[in-house]
Amino acid sequence: MPDTPVESTTLLTLQDVEVSFTLKRSSLFAKPSLLRAVDGVTLSVRKGQTMGIVGESGSGKTTLALAVARLLPVTRGQIHMNGVDLLSLRGEALRNQRRHMQFIFQDPYSSLNPRLRAEKIVREPLDRLSIASTSRRDDRVRELFDQVGLRRDQQRLFPHQFSGGQRQRIGIARAIASNPSLVICDEPVSALDVGVQAQILNLLRRLQEELGLTYVFISHDLGVIQHMCDTIAVMYMGKILEEADRESLFNTPKHPYTQALLSAVPSADINRRNRERRIMISGDPPNPIHLPPGCRFASRCPQVEDRCRVDTPPLVNIDRHHRVACHLVKAAG
Amino acid sequence: MTALLSVKNLTVEFTTRDGIAPVIDDLSFDLAPGETLSLVGESGCGKSMTALAIMGLIPSPPGRVASGSISLAGENLLQAGDTRMRAVRGNDISMVFQEPMTSLNPVFTVGEQISETLRRHQGLTRRQAKALSIEMLDAVQIPLPTRRINDYPHQLSGGMRQRVMIAMALACRPKVLIADEPTTALDVTVQAQIFDLMRAVGKETEAAIILITHDMGSVAEMAERVVVMYAGRKIEEGHVDDILARPRHPYTRGLIACVPHLLETVSAERPYLQEIPGMVPPLSDFGFMGCLFAPRCDRVETRCWQEKPKVTQITPSQSAACWNLQEAKVRVDA
Repeated sequence: MPDTPVESTTLLTLQDVEVSFTLKRSSLFAKPSLLRAVDGVTLSVRKGQTMGIVGESGSGKTTLALAVARLLPVTRGQIHMNGVDLLSLRGEALRNQRRHMQFIFQDPYSSLNPRLRAEKIVREPLDRLSIASTSRRDDRVRELFDQVGLRRDQQRLFPHQFSGGQRQRIGIARAIASNPSLVICDEPVSALDVGVQAQILNLLRRLQEELGLTYVFISHDLGVIQHMCDTIAVMYMGKILEEADRESLFNTPKHPYTQALLSAVPSADINRRNRERRIMISGDPPNPIHLPPGCRFASRCPQVEDRCRVDTPPLVNIDRHHRVACHLVKAAG
Repeated sequence: MTALLSVKNLTVEFTTRDGIAPVIDDLSFDLAPGETLSLVGESGCGKSMTALAIMGLIPSPPGRVASGSISLAGENLLQAGDTRMRAVRGNDISMVFQEPMTSLNPVFTVGEQISETLRRHQGLTRRQAKALSIEMLDAVQIPLPTRRINDYPHQLSGGMRQRVMIAMALACRPKVLIADEPTTALDVTVQAQIFDLMRAVGKETEAAIILITHDMGSVAEMAERVVVMYAGRKIEEGHVDDILARPRHPYTRGLIACVPHLLETVSAERPYLQEIPGMVPPLSDFGFMGCLFAPRCDRVETRCWQEKPKVTQITPSQSAACWNLQEAKVRVDA
């Protein structure tokens, strides 16, 4: 593994992370087939920043997030957070680590326990992780309600008495209750109405500024990713195809998939509408169980060459903050 | 321009526990032949209910069309009987739904489902219907249509299923195609394919399209004209370019500004998004005397709470219902 210089501000590093699932055998004598949902992902996330992971459904972005949160077993690779080897943690040590990394889920309807009052939901991580004294916890819950823009008189209500946006606020309050340094947001606004999305995105941005949070932000919506993230990784069929800072990725996308993805987004931006340059990619993603050799995107790529169907292109730096996995893009130096 | 479909002063009421609520309140719009019109708004604004009213599918009870008319090429559909409406649905007006997974029947092959439409509405024989089904699958760019016709819905991907839905909807060459959030469940690259397909097939069959969506990007992509709905009322209507560049109603403006649109070039600057505070009012508040957007509006005045806003014709093609219309924004950079 080439050692990448770990900057002092790096919070989270992933080295060659793989998550595979063994699928049910089709017959008694068949070999069990393996589904590599995440395949050799190397990433680093800097403190106080937002790392966006974007991709279509089935690209492995949620699996990756769950693996980082230690909610799924990792098959291979290493994950370090603040110098702590996350994958070696067991039992009590892992439980203690959880206060530093929290999760905001996509669906605010199914991710809150319908039998608990809102205050109890927000308080639960404090109780579970024994944070603060019992008497201080009530104050902390009130403070959290203020921070996420809920009224104190709503503390005693049950989840079904809240709207979708308010429920997501409860989910956010729960996630920041233990003062985590890393918050993983898995499609936090996809289930919400357009008018409410802006409220939640602004809240997440404000909390990041106030609390110095680091986000791993997962979304399929490129507009949201562009608005929220400092660095973006584009995933396709378990692999990162391109990773760059916000301006490089959106102003000079290099990978044919990223280019196609960007051009596919319908936009109300007048400057974008006037530029007619549609890159259409046909077909659907390949079957993840029997992946052909070579580049994952070869079957849909408009610029495909013979070598793309043979060799898997490595993810290489084309400049300091821009990595691309494509045979057609020249590496730096 | 003679309208193909004309909705006039349509009011649909639902009986709720709190009394009678007008889920569609005095709605009027016209659809020209071959035109693409978009109904936009948040969920609960009455977009889908409008589609159901046109299809004659308002669940009754609790709903009923209280007043108004819906005429298709001069025929008032609200006066048509059940038999006539069955003939209209599928033949003259057809619909594509949001969820391609749940709107196809899982125990029949896609070929059987398209054929059923054709045999029922056009009286074709089994063989004719099958041949035409294959033709339709080919038209919606499904590879190997002769083989795919024997597939069950679960064997197809989401994008393929939505193609089948479109093939089925267009099989009888309807005059009006209503697409209710047709791409919400799909990935963005597949969405682009479906939009292209709808445009191409719509042009070929000369069907007028009503696109129901909450996404201004899709509107910009597909529609020629836009009707913005809020809490059962039409609050603004106009040509898509006018609506996007010069929205006059504060809600339309909010709806465009609150979404982080993908920009052509990004800079380091990242302002906060403009929020529309609050949310769509509950059904029990529908039919309120004043403006229903007043609680969320930043330009609200006393009059907004007391009187229902009058429709102002801004240009021959653009109108808005607001007491305090925003000045047309002058684009400096254009």
